[in-house]
Amino acid sequence: MRPILLSGHERSLNQIKFNRDGDLLFSVAKDKIVCAWWSANGERLGTYTGHQGAIWTVDVSPNTILLATGSADNTVRLWNVKTGECVKVWDFPTAVKRVEFSPDGTKLLAVTEKRMGFLGTIAVLDINYGDGQGNFEPQAEEPSLRITCNESKATVAGWGYMGKYIIAGHEDGSVSQYDAKTGDQLENVQAHEFDLQINDIQFSPDRTYFITASKDKTAKLLSTRNLAILKTYPSDTPLNSATITPKKDYVILGGGQAAMDVTTTSARQGKFEARFYHKVFEDEIGRVRGHFGPLNTVAVHPAGTAYASGGEDGYVRVHHFDKSYFDFMYEVEREQMRR
Amino acid sequence: MAPSFDTLSEQDLHEEEEEEEEIDFSDLKAQYEVQVDEGLDTFIVIDGLPVVPADSRQKLVKFLLRKLNSVGHTSEDAVFMPLSDKNMTEGYLHGVPLDKKHTLMVNKLMDIERYGREGRVEEEYKAPTVEAFKEKEHLRSWMGDVHARDQFALYRGDKVGVFWNNKSNPPENVVDRAHWTQLFVQWSPKGTFLASVHPQGVQLWGGASFSKQRQFPHPFVQLVEFSPQENYVTTWSARPIQVEEGSQSTLSYEEDGKNIIVWDITTGKPLRSFVSHDLTAGASAEGEPKKKVQWPAFKWSADEKYVARMLQGQSISIYELPRMNLLDKTSVKIDGVMDFEWSPATVTREGVKQYEQLLCFWTPEIGSSPARVGLMSVPTKEIVRTRNLFNVSDVKLHWQSQGTYVCVKVDRHSKSKKSMATNLEIFRIKEKGVPVEVVDSLKDTVINFSWEPNGGRFVVITTGEAAQGAAVAPKTSVAFFAPEKKGPSAGNFKLVRVVDKKNSNAIYWSPKGRFVVVATVHSQSSYDIDFWDMDFEGEKAEGEKDLAANLQLMKTVEHYGVTDVDWDPTGRYVVTSASSWTHSMENGWTLHTFAGQTLSENPTDKFKQFLWRPRPATLLSKEEQKQVRKNLREYSKEFDEEDRYAVDIANTAVVETRKRVLSEWTAWLRQQKELLSEDKEVYGLPEDVDDPKLAKDAPPATEDKGEAVVEEIVEEIVEEHEEIIN
Repeated sequence: MRPILLSGHERSLNQIKFNRDGDLLFSVAKDKIVCAWWSANGERLGTYTGHQGAIWTVDVSPNTILLATGSADNTVRLWNVKTGECVKVWDFPTAVKRVEFSPDGTKLLAVTEKRMGFLGTIAVLDINYGDGQGNFEPQAEEPSLRITCNESKATVAGWGYMGKYIIAGHEDGSVSQYDAKTGDQLENVQAHEFDLQINDIQFSPDRTYFITASKDKTAKLLSTRNLAILKTYPSDTPLNSATITPKKDYVILGGGQAAMDVTTTSARQGKFEARFYHKVFEDEIGRVRGHFGPLNTVAVHPAGTAYASGGEDGYVRVHHFDKSYFDFMYEVEREQMRR
Repeated sequence: MAPSFDTLSEQDLHEEEEEEEEIDFSDLKAQYEVQVDEGLDTFIVIDGLPVVPADSRQKLVKFLLRKLNSVGHTSEDAVFMPLSDKNMTEGYLHGVPLDKKHTLMVNKLMDIERYGREGRVEEEYKAPTVEAFKEKEHLRSWMGDVHARDQFALYRGDKVGVFWNNKSNPPENVVDRAHWTQLFVQWSPKGTFLASVHPQGVQLWGGASFSKQRQFPHPFVQLVEFSPQENYVTTWSARPIQVEEGSQSTLSYEEDGKNIIVWDITTGKPLRSFVSHDLTAGASAEGEPKKKVQWPAFKWSADEKYVARMLQGQSISIYELPRMNLLDKTSVKIDGVMDFEWSPATVTREGVKQYEQLLCFWTPEIGSSPARVGLMSVPTKEIVRTRNLFNVSDVKLHWQSQGTYVCVKVDRHSKSKKSMATNLEIFRIKEKGVPVEVVDSLKDTVINFSWEPNGGRFVVITTGEAAQGAAVAPKTSVAFFAPEKKGPSAGNFKLVRVVDKKNSNAIYWSPKGRFVVVATVHSQSSYDIDFWDMDFEGEKAEGEKDLAANLQLMKTVEHYGVTDVDWDPTGRYVVTSASSWTHSMENGWTLHTFAGQTLSENPTDKFKQFLWRPRPATLLSKEEQKQVRKNLREYSKEFDEEDRYAVDIANTAVVETRKRVLSEWTAWLRQQKELLSEDKEVYGLPEDVDDPKLAKDAPPATEDKGEAVVEEIVEEIVEEHEEIIN
């Protein structure tokens, strides 16, 4: 498995995302630019410039028409993927830590930071696509829904199946389920150790379950329907990101010594590796080295043929899986296949 | 004002009778005097005196005074003897038998006030309720394990757990408790108790469920030391104990102001308490750097009959157990004494019939008199062997575990005091006249020395001078010594081999001897752990034919940041660990076999302590042990079979669990799928609503009547052939 090294960012990566087809990879970093790459060969397609602060988050609409980014400059921007032009800027009172399109692309959620007297919120914006030929209709100025997190601010959020729920991970290690229509909190589960924040939430392809990555050094698989904890993946380092691989029953976790502690510890301490666990059996089955800083974000190709990781070191590494990855199987799995 | 009875008690008793421990009590006395507000506690009532006529009264008073003045100060004027109507003295009381009929009893007047008043003590005798006998847990239950496994205590984070060692399998938990201790945990020497240390004192735990066994309420205790036979325990705190009057605690006034308490484990009561020497010494000499706490402050003889403490530079005080009284009521004055060690076993010297315990001590050069190493026999306090030494910088005393030898490691400086070298002076205790053998072949200074347990071999680590200002510590050499083969008694000690250019600094012998681990611990750059065999069953090097050793390096492993190495009590396993007390990098512990094969690695967050539970001495006789050794093959066959069986069972269990987990997962997925399609139906959404083609941003081209043909080329390799064509 030979990685493709994407060195287009000057600062640490914050999020990377494949589009639905998996041919494109978008990356955002603290250096204020958004990069788009061909995932097959690592060639850079272009950049989207305009943000005035570190960009925390990126997402792309289901058919790769629009790109949404959230930044420390307190804005959410909407970009025309094809032309690179910025079609909309929403201003928020605080930084935006996470954006995600609903499965049908009609809505965009934005998680805003708690700061300067403002409570953390999850805002839902309605998205208009126009004729789909690059003529975009004006977007609504105000969010159609605003969920305020009174107890503990949301750090990450995403959409449940059919866009029915909004699932949020909180600073205090809990996970909430909100009704996506009314914004009512339906459930709250202390999935991770108290006061150790959840750094990532990523969904399964059908969005019936999702994985959380927490500072408490574990990743957990939860049911979208009732937030039941299905699986736990323990590691030996704080986790920043986790993803569920389609095609094979694995999960990939990324993390490492917190960036601010790295200089005070030895390199061998860092644990800057992507870790593969078996999704069902919860065993660690492998690690991929390469980054020389903590992994801030991992993402997997929607077809399950490749994965990419973005690190504090400013690099994105794209790995296309080779045969042994697909061949590996537990004896019991093989048995089940035969039946 | 006369000192009150409280201060008169045992402490003054000892002070006057024994003239020992020049400890200044004036501050304490002052403290008491302020507290004396009832005014009556300087009065005592003496009961049990014979009834005498008035004219003999003077005689009785005189007699009493004689008695009383042996324990304190009083005068004739201070004695009041009540007379009855018949002009007879009323019989009152003291502590010693006066004659056959009269035994004196002393009571504080305050106590009489306290207890003697009406209503304070019930008139009618009520039998105290005897609590029903409760079966206690067997304190050695862990020895009954069918697989003869060993236990260990693990302290990490705030939790302490006790586990069974299961070789390469995960350890089996016995108990795991959060906040079980505040400072550290410690096993008693035979493994009976686990001690936890809290600001309130020391708590002993034991039995199968690790229930509370004993409590030693020494406030702010910092150090704990068990006696070798587990009958006593010594505790130390830097803060002098403060006892409030009338408090209900186990501590009495006697413990006030003390730092060290020697406890009786059986009763849970203090036997005697002491003020640390170090602290009082530090107070007197101002400006001097604070001395380190000498620990153990009290050193026990092998059979626990004696315990001794040294006042550095002056004397050694030997106390007799179980009363904790000073042997012969006086300390042994040894000018300049620097250190001493008891023999770890009761030794019988050749030609010596009577019972004795041996201790070894040394004194430095004072003026023109040479440094001296002495061997003292207790209880006679006779010095049975001495040896004079010159140009001595430092001395360390190392007893062999059976007390057969004591090695005196002498660091000597040259006349110019520029270079250092080490001599080993080995006393052969059991041989007639205690001959001394000198090993002076070592050119460098010895930084570590260790005897083989129950054996006659030893390992030393030497190091050269550190280069001035060098950042790296100088390289070390590891030297192995063994006695020559010569008749029944061991011959001279000869060097077997030297391994140069090492970084090693620590030696860990297997508790059963033969195997030794030499490691580099607490190092920033080197973490190697060497496993040596002293009796390798292979070809012997030519030059070592006449030595009782065949040295072989079995394996070298590395353990990043290793701080501790611990052999299990049977000598089968070695645990290397990196404690967060020293550094915070890759904390955890690793289990190896005696031969260095790594069985399991256990990275553990905030790992602090790994402690094997010691085992008591074997109950098998020498003959029985020999029998076992002879039939080892038979036994091992049985155990191998068991091991294989266990592995089989474990494998089957794993497969079964996986099967179950997998089928549960597929069932869950199926159920979710069904629920999802139900939901979709309810919401009136098409089954494939998640398809991007149905998303709102889908390009109109595909929306257009849905006529677009999606072509997908799937390449599939049906078969691959490789043929070599000539």
